[in-house]
Amino acid sequence: MKKKWILVLFAIVIVLLGFAYINRDQNKQGTSITAVGSTALQPLVEAAGEEFSKDNPGVFVNVQGGGSGTGLSQIQEGAVSIGNSDLFASEQTGINEAKLVDNRVAVIGITPIINKNAGISALTSQQLKDIFTGKITNWQDIGGRNQKIVIVNRTQGSGTRITFEKWALDNERSIASQEQDSSGTARQIVATTPGAISYVSFSYADKSVVMPTLNGVKPTNNNVKTNKWKIWSYEHMYTQKKSDEDTDKFIKFVLSKHVQDKLVPQLGYIPVTDMKVERLE
Amino acid sequence: MDKIRESILTTSRASKLERRGKIISLTCLGGICLVVVAIFGFIAYRGLMTFTSDHVSIIKFLTGTEWNPSVSKNGAPLVGALPMIAGSFLITILATVLAIPFAIGTALMMTDITPKTGTRILQPVLELLVGIPSVVYGFIGLTVVVPAIRTVFGGSGFGILSGTFVLFVMVLPTITSMTVDSLSSVPKDYRSASLALGATRWQTIYKVVLRSATPGILTAIVFGMARAFGEALAVQMVVGNATLMPYSLVAPASTLTSVLTTGIGNTVMGTVQNDALWSLALILLLMSLAFNLAIHLIARRGAMKR
Repeated sequence: MKKKWILVLFAIVIVLLGFAYINRDQNKQGTSITAVGSTALQPLVEAAGEEFSKDNPGVFVNVQGGGSGTGLSQIQEGAVSIGNSDLFASEQTGINEAKLVDNRVAVIGITPIINKNAGISALTSQQLKDIFTGKITNWQDIGGRNQKIVIVNRTQGSGTRITFEKWALDNERSIASQEQDSSGTARQIVATTPGAISYVSFSYADKSVVMPTLNGVKPTNNNVKTNKWKIWSYEHMYTQKKSDEDTDKFIKFVLSKHVQDKLVPQLGYIPVTDMKVERLE
Repeated sequence: MDKIRESILTTSRASKLERRGKIISLTCLGGICLVVVAIFGFIAYRGLMTFTSDHVSIIKFLTGTEWNPSVSKNGAPLVGALPMIAGSFLITILATVLAIPFAIGTALMMTDITPKTGTRILQPVLELLVGIPSVVYGFIGLTVVVPAIRTVFGGSGFGILSGTFVLFVMVLPTITSMTVDSLSSVPKDYRSASLALGATRWQTIYKVVLRSATPGILTAIVFGMARAFGEALAVQMVVGNATLMPYSLVAPASTLTSVLTTGIGNTVMGTVQNDALWSLALILLLMSLAFNLAIHLIARRGAMKR
């Protein structure tokens, strides 16, 4: 009796493995596109992927997070079809950009966020720099309440952090402090911790936190378009130089008028075509 | 005559079965050994890259206090892991020390004082505590413990103390259930003899039961420490993840696991930043080995005493 059960179990395992093998084969034939990387870009790729599958039955777009670094390294190794990144490939160490094709699909603005009871609604670039480099440690020093400043950073190597340090802190590095690995957590901590400051992309900032003006400029999409608001980055979908047909088709779809005019603004991103300026690095 | 001869010289069905069983078990064992060796090999290989190809000295890695792998100073990247190592040890030790009295008290309740209620109510409660996923503990920590510590002690609420409270709840069931096992394995004769000599229940527990169960309780504690040391998600959510030396219990700090989980997605395989994280993983692995070794040593010493 026992023996029979073991035999049945073996048979089941073998049948399942067989199924797995068959499915794997089909995937390789190009019915699935895998996009991995930036969590900031993930919602857009997911939404676009769903619509793409509707128009192209049988092609499935599989979107995973993992961070910009993961996206870039996976596409470089050819393990995935698309690597999503907030950064240019040249900004990430260990990536050979000559091997990759850069598809800029959207632009996203990044804003500092401050806890409400700090009593601050305007900052200058210099003040922002002084806060993140540890020269100013109390909101009182720049006209706020008597409240210690709590810096909440994103993890080292995060696309948002690299963009923020580059364009808001003029390439200076923030002092060591709390680090959070997702935009949502960073916002929640700033919203609930007195005196906290952090930075998130526009789509994550809401009424629970204060978005200060920087040198008198408000963090809005229109100011990003004219480059008056300097802290923004492209959202890239990197592909290999020799990508398969379905991947090319999907990238084309994301760059199409339909996605760019409807989905992109709907999800809080800015279409690349709306930008009045261009950045090369 | 021939038939007997034949049955003696050929392998019987039973021995064939035995051989087959042996082969299957050996293959399974071999497979598992292979996996373990492969994991060790891989982590050691990647973890040692920091020292071999990125030219970081091991002493600097273990004693440096500045963690900034993408910045180089004097030809070597700034990878001082001491803040994380100190954070991990502090949280582990504090959480375990806090949990020990509660664990032993609960275990005694379950074995000696009120065995019936103990097994009917406390056992399911403990099993439930073990079954709660760590992300839930972390979330409760983030929404309850952190604000509570912020109101009581000031600061941001993130730090070693919050991590300690969360881990305390997480290691408590582990230590308690293993302590229960070792307490109930104390022979009944010991208790009866002690009571017959006129000792009170407290005296029996304190002088006889706890004494003879000491090796088992120590093993339980080390097991709890190993669990605390390796816990990643719940701690990461409440500790603050600041790679600073923990100068205060309520200031943001970091542990080996929290830096690993937050950092690994943002690095590229083969770069200094990535290698440095593998080195942290290697330290974690070595530490869990050390905990295992400690458990074996305690068990052996305890066994010799009897």
